[in-house]
Amino acid sequence: MTQTHSGTASAQPKRSRAEQLGRPSMWRMLLRDRFATLAALILTFVTLTAVFGPALMGELATRQDLMFMNKPPFDPSNGWAYILGSDSLGRSMLARMVVATRTTLMVAVPAVLLAMVIGSLWGVWAGYHRGRRENISMRLADIIMSFPSLLLAVVVLYVFSPSAANIVLILAITRIPIYMRTARAESAELQSRTFVDAARTFGTRPNAIIVRHVIPVVTPTLLTLATLEFCFVMLAESSLSFLGIGIQPPDVSWGLMVAQGRQYLQTAWWLSILPGLAIVITAVAANMLAAWMRIATDPSQRWRLTLDKATTKAFKKVIKDAK
Amino acid sequence: MLTYLRKRIISSALPLVVVVVGVFALARLTGNPASLYLPLNATEAMREDFVVRNGLDQPLWIQMGRYFGGILRLDFGTSMRTGQDAADMALRAFPATLQLAGMTMAIAIVLAVFVGSAAALKPNGILDRFASFLSMTAASIPDFWLAIVGIWVFAITLGWVPTSGVAGAAAWVLPVATLVMRPFGALVQVIRGAMVSSLSEPYIKLARSKGATQYRVVGSHALRNAAAPGLTVAGDLTVGLVNGAVVVETIFGWPGIGKLMIDSILQRDFAVLQACVLLTAVAIFILNILIDLGYALLDPRVRPSAGARGRRRARSARRGNPTEIKDPAATGASV
Repeated sequence: MTQTHSGTASAQPKRSRAEQLGRPSMWRMLLRDRFATLAALILTFVTLTAVFGPALMGELATRQDLMFMNKPPFDPSNGWAYILGSDSLGRSMLARMVVATRTTLMVAVPAVLLAMVIGSLWGVWAGYHRGRRENISMRLADIIMSFPSLLLAVVVLYVFSPSAANIVLILAITRIPIYMRTARAESAELQSRTFVDAARTFGTRPNAIIVRHVIPVVTPTLLTLATLEFCFVMLAESSLSFLGIGIQPPDVSWGLMVAQGRQYLQTAWWLSILPGLAIVITAVAANMLAAWMRIATDPSQRWRLTLDKATTKAFKKVIKDAK
Repeated sequence: MLTYLRKRIISSALPLVVVVVGVFALARLTGNPASLYLPLNATEAMREDFVVRNGLDQPLWIQMGRYFGGILRLDFGTSMRTGQDAADMALRAFPATLQLAGMTMAIAIVLAVFVGSAAALKPNGILDRFASFLSMTAASIPDFWLAIVGIWVFAITLGWVPTSGVAGAAAWVLPVATLVMRPFGALVQVIRGAMVSSLSEPYIKLARSKGATQYRVVGSHALRNAAAPGLTVAGDLTVGLVNGAVVVETIFGWPGIGKLMIDSILQRDFAVLQACVLLTAVAIFILNILIDLGYALLDPRVRPSAGARGRRRARSARRGNPTEIKDPAATGASV
């Protein structure tokens, strides 16, 4: 297997630095997996929409036009602004969804990053030191996990205002234990490995060992987990908004749009179906990218993404002939 | 086994107590229910009277002491909204949630075992790819949206099933179908992964070389060994469902504990909220112990006869340790 791989790699005229080091570049591996490429493209598109979209369409999203009430989507005669239909106030669905993209990502991305950084560092620290520190940390994680997170959300959003920042905070706190558990398990296993032992023997301080030797090894796993969590957090935000305790009008997120469109289901299905579709597509893309990352960051499975088509074909033929 | 159970009970009782105390304190942070229950033109004296009658004027710790004293006498307080016994209300709503959760998990597990095993037979085959795409999509669809689409297509457009309620078998179709998606998606991935690794074990080769049928090899040898990780994930998913599928219960008007819980939060009906939280926490506590017992049935290393070491090893495996930890002192610390 390894021979096949190195054979193809040397046949390629251009080689990146990573490949010279014996590691295939992430780009090449991404392009090799069609589903992952598609997922990355979708996520890039969503991000670009969130960054630049509101500047282009922000005004259109709030402009009401009673001449264009509840227009069905995919009807070019209404003009491009109403290509995805319009709501009961005659606002363009396309523009509203673009603006909602930013709100949705502004909640999901910081929540995931915050939970990942805090949870991973804490988990790695607890797993490295073991003993009492580990026990207390894990009990704490158990408690957070067994708390009804919806109740926590409602309380915080009642005591404080249901602003985007508070929603981020709630989602981050409830998801910290997920990273903590994974990081602790990985780090507890790593701290007994020889290379960590060696560092310890040389008198390296625990914090330096954690930063230099433990964190680089656990990072790929945690990044994969974070991609999956992005999907979960986005769904959680939309559930909160749907229940009326998330994003509040006049702000708009995909989940809120689904909730607002629910009462028009019989007359204007597109009001809640289209934003929901946006959630589904983004979530599936994040999931597919996470599946690819799991393979690409695993040295024992990585070869699957490095073979080119001709080699795979030849390889399959050999297996077939052998049978 | 008894020592093990006792340890387990003690370690999971702590979160239970913390959750009940935490909910008690947090609920009182959401504001004074007087403004919600009394008419707008209520006088200051009426408000005062309401607060005193419900014991809300006392310091938090006295209120909490009274509440826990009440629990010991099985008195869980009365609902401010309906005047009924809070425990009665929670107990009346719980069967609906449990039935929904049981039905959902039963369907999800059966489907996932079939799809997951079939996909694992030929890793990277067409069926495997299709199954992984299916499970991914199933796990990424927001349940409230799926519920709405289901209502739009099957209840409004086709008129096959009612939009809400619990009357008749048809009313079960949409809520169960909506809830099945996520557990199904998660379980297919877990069972497929476990089956792939268990099918490549030497004992499978032995079984095949003895001439065992495909059905027996997959169904009896491989599946039994792949069941443990499946059980862990299925247990976590069941815990989530027992907590009440708030969104789905709200959309379909299902009279379960999730809907009761969110209603009592929104209405500041503290006694009912606490009764609901306590009931689900106890149910989850019992469920966790049942899962552990199921684990012992599946995995001989967890059984008492295997001694303490095997138990620790299996426990640490269940918690997600990638490999067995060699240092015995460290292992002791982790339990």
